[in-house]
Amino acid sequence: MLAIYKRELKSYFTSMIGPIFIAVAVIFTGIYFMVYNLNAGYQYFSYALGSTLFIYILLVPILTMRSLSEERRSKTDQLLLTSPITVNQMILGKYLSMVTVFAITCLIFCMCPVIVTFGGSGHLVSDYAGIFIFFVCGCVFIAIGMLISALTESPVIAAVGTLGVLLLLYFMSSLTGYIPTTAMGSFVGCLILLVLLCLILYFFTKNWIISGGISALGIVACVILYLIKPDVFENLLPGVLEKLSFTTSLDTVMYTFVFDFSGLFYYLSVIFVLIFLTVQVVQKRRWS
Amino acid sequence: MIEVRNLVKRYGDHVAVDHLSFQVEDGQIYGFLGPNGAGKSTTMNIMTGYIGATEGEVLIDGHDILSEPEEAKKCIGYLPELPPLYMDMMVEEYLRFVSEVKQIEKSKRKECVQKSMEMTGLLPVAGRMIRNLSKGYKQRVGLAQAIMGMPKIIILDEPTVGLDPKQIIEIRDLIRSLAKEHTVILSSHILSEVSEVCDHIMIISHGKLAASDTPENLIKMMDASHMLDLRIKGTEEQIHEVIDAMEDVTSVTMKPSEEENVMAVSLNVKENTDIREALFFGFAKANCPILMMTSSRVSLEDVFMELTADDEKARKEREAAEQEEDYAKEFTDAAGKEEMPGEFVDINEDLSAEFMEDTKKEEQ
Repeated sequence: MLAIYKRELKSYFTSMIGPIFIAVAVIFTGIYFMVYNLNAGYQYFSYALGSTLFIYILLVPILTMRSLSEERRSKTDQLLLTSPITVNQMILGKYLSMVTVFAITCLIFCMCPVIVTFGGSGHLVSDYAGIFIFFVCGCVFIAIGMLISALTESPVIAAVGTLGVLLLLYFMSSLTGYIPTTAMGSFVGCLILLVLLCLILYFFTKNWIISGGISALGIVACVILYLIKPDVFENLLPGVLEKLSFTTSLDTVMYTFVFDFSGLFYYLSVIFVLIFLTVQVVQKRRWS
Repeated sequence: MIEVRNLVKRYGDHVAVDHLSFQVEDGQIYGFLGPNGAGKSTTMNIMTGYIGATEGEVLIDGHDILSEPEEAKKCIGYLPELPPLYMDMMVEEYLRFVSEVKQIEKSKRKECVQKSMEMTGLLPVAGRMIRNLSKGYKQRVGLAQAIMGMPKIIILDEPTVGLDPKQIIEIRDLIRSLAKEHTVILSSHILSEVSEVCDHIMIISHGKLAASDTPENLIKMMDASHMLDLRIKGTEEQIHEVIDAMEDVTSVTMKPSEEENVMAVSLNVKENTDIREALFFGFAKANCPILMMTSSRVSLEDVFMELTADDEKARKEREAAEQEEDYAKEFTDAAGKEEMPGEFVDINEDLSAEFMEDTKKEEQ
């Protein structure tokens, strides 16, 4: 794992992706820092940092696009998969190297709260907590990008795909406002989701019995529940989506200065699931 | 020691490897021989654990490649069809990375990198970017990667592709020197290469093992019908008179040669008979001097063609039938797609093999 980690990290800095990622991130955060904290006189750096999140939605795909797709395209995965290291080690090494590049930018941001204190009263604890949760959120983005990179052989498709998914997550909390909150609306939404699940399962397993069976069970359960207790569906879908929204817990920490532990665990568990899925995608390809 | 038992690999409806079983003993050079798309690379990919088989098992030194991948993979060095190189690394840096990935002990890494560079002649380019190397040098880096840490079993998928004739000879010598301590398995569709380097040949055709023996035995197997080529000074009638008197001759073909009054004659002779003396005295009596007499032996090429020909015919018939049945299906047929560029490469290979043989003759 260490060998892959070192190689990946080095390649990020020889291929210029690493320096460009860090430079663009630091420049834009610096601009926001200047506008919010230095000029407008806000005491919290987390205001500035929270506003730069969309920059990372553009930058993270560039960082992650090549991670696994390039290995496949240049057939270097043959070396890694035929050497005595496990797929877990390979994926973890790659993931940690990308996280390290991102961590470097976050370390640079750690200077900003200190600079704020020079100009008056700063809020070091809440600012550092903000930087920390921002870092963990970025790690989720990287895990999403890595999974999409594992699904394709083309870095460009990986980048565009990651950008799409990240944008959707970014807008999710505002989009949930447009979903009908009635029981009927959520019921129909659940049925649509179950059909989608059926199609996704079929795509991966190529087995109509498993995918159709699971979805049919879900649909039957939904219908029964809706007939017996329709108020369960009241505001169900918007509520769940609101809870799952990526930016909610980030905003809580950034703008209300309350450290959201449930949000932190949500991020960590999502990272775990995404890495697990990435390993499964790489393993599955060897068998198809 | 490698044991392959009942290996099957299916891609949808296409069967790439079809119930393949064989054993590889230690300290020998094995050659995988087969036309394009025969399943050589697929078999090698399964043996090294890169892809999984649909059925069957592979045991490397007693370790199953699937249930004990770490132990099994430690015994193998693998050079795939396309060398797995990181273009943005320098040669020495890349090999150091390989030594780490292959979990060679820290104290031995430097020595191992040095040794593999020495053996493949990479020392002059140690500090160069792999991207900027020529194809031959890239192939050598791939080879250095495969022999890194001197694994017991070295598997090479077409190791001499893209090399110039001199490099091919160097690599062959290297492979021969490796065989003293290691088991080497190499695949190729160049017959001369396989017959020259390998102790044992496995001919694979359509995912099945068509033959498995030493090159000598394979040729012997085909050597049943004897052929004689002659150059005889005389008229057609005179020659026919002499030959017709011989009982052991089964067929005769005759045509005038470049020289005046000289006929080129080729004879098919019955098994286990030697009629050379009889021919000599017969033509001496008829006052027709024999200018040349050679017995033409079967080459490995003929063996190969013979073993793969039937399958080829059957496949062509099948493909023609499929085309009639459903014309559109042809486009989606993965096997068909692979065939096209493959054939093109094949021509190049044969040319390079010929070129190499020519230069070798010049050297001699």
